[in-house]
Amino acid sequence: MSNNSNLKVLTNGLIKENPIFVLLLGMCPTLGTTSSALNGLSMGLATTFVLICSNIVISLLKNIIPDKVRIPAFVVVIATFVTVVEMVMQAYIPALFDSLGLFIPLIVVNCIVLGRAEAFAAKNNVFRSMLDGLGMGLGFSFALTLLGSVRELLGTGKVFSMTVFSENYGMLIFVLAPGAFIALGYLIAIINKLRKT
Amino acid sequence: MAKLESSFKNMLLVLTCITLFAGGILAGVYTLTKEPIEKSKLAKQQNAIKEVLPPFDSLDDEGKVVVIEKDGKKGEYTVYTAYDANGSAIGAAVESFSNGGFSGEIKVMVGFDINNKIVDYSVLEQKETPGLGTKMVDWFKTDKGNQNIKGKNPSASSFKVNKDGGEIDAITAATISSRAFLEAVKDAYAAYTNNADATTDSNSGATTVENTEGSEETTVDAEDAKNDATTAATATTTDGNSGATQN
Repeated sequence: MSNNSNLKVLTNGLIKENPIFVLLLGMCPTLGTTSSALNGLSMGLATTFVLICSNIVISLLKNIIPDKVRIPAFVVVIATFVTVVEMVMQAYIPALFDSLGLFIPLIVVNCIVLGRAEAFAAKNNVFRSMLDGLGMGLGFSFALTLLGSVRELLGTGKVFSMTVFSENYGMLIFVLAPGAFIALGYLIAIINKLRKT
Repeated sequence: MAKLESSFKNMLLVLTCITLFAGGILAGVYTLTKEPIEKSKLAKQQNAIKEVLPPFDSLDDEGKVVVIEKDGKKGEYTVYTAYDANGSAIGAAVESFSNGGFSGEIKVMVGFDINNKIVDYSVLEQKETPGLGTKMVDWFKTDKGNQNIKGKNPSASSFKVNKDGGEIDAITAATISSRAFLEAVKDAYAAYTNNADATTDSNSGATTVENTEGSEETTVDAEDAKNDATTAATATTTDGNSGATQN
């Protein structure tokens, strides 16, 4: 395997097959956790960790898992890592745990994680699976941070809690759920336009 | 290496091994993080107590659980009494909650001084609408209009949002959250006054107070004597949270 193709695996998830903007996977945590840039970023990083670990383990186990029980096996592996993340986060960064709350355990059912396990890790070697997990995870984090920044800026006039303009001019709807759909729609449109040209 | 065949034996073996292994890892991580999780929870609670009380010398760390019956349901409120250097009580922090919010439970820590006035409060947990209900975190301690509840006595009949005829400005566009918040504060007050009496009367850890809608009965006799200075103004309480005040 040449270095070139390894690099391709890594960058694939970042732009060409960005899980949010292009594959449109994992919309639930995307819409739910991006009320601020920081929340988006931390959710992205938590998912990245789970993606990398689960991709590595599943790629290692791919030959000893019988086909008919591969989905339960994958889910157990993923759920284990998610629970580890949840407990570690609760122990060492409780403030973040409070703000992400329910969405951390929900990484288990994030279709990006299971999707990559099924579509990539179960067919490729450990190193490439790890790169794929890293690329996809970073792409996911990038998308969540971007969406979070846009929503936080339009909604409260801040980015990463730093004031850009007065909160009085913020459009509250962007912090709420409908704003997530609106912002995501426009972002996807812009990214698609950029990708085509 | 070829893929394992999907025979019953293989499937059973592989899944059992994977789940056992996963269970082992989780048990390990749980043991490692158990202590830090408890510590961080405790630290959060201690910080909240410090935040809502005037400087104190020692604190009743364990807290006293006061059970209050409200709308047929029993609620547990924990009262942490603070003492000065001489060992006399200077106030208490009460952990209270309300289910009347817009979404989920609201948990607050409210500090009262010895004169039954609110010193400060801290919102421990809430899932209100971001940008609206979440403003309760500092809305009710900001000096603007009539929104500051610091120094107020929750038993006063005017301790309600202005929409309900009270004098406290509700959060703009979040009256439900404001109402629930004030309810939690009032319950905290009920638990606080009740605990103060319970400790003078007997040493029982938990006392039960009837707190049904519209009830004007007080079940704790000593309440008037202790609180008359501040609660005398309350001729009829609006929802029975603080008990009656007839002498």
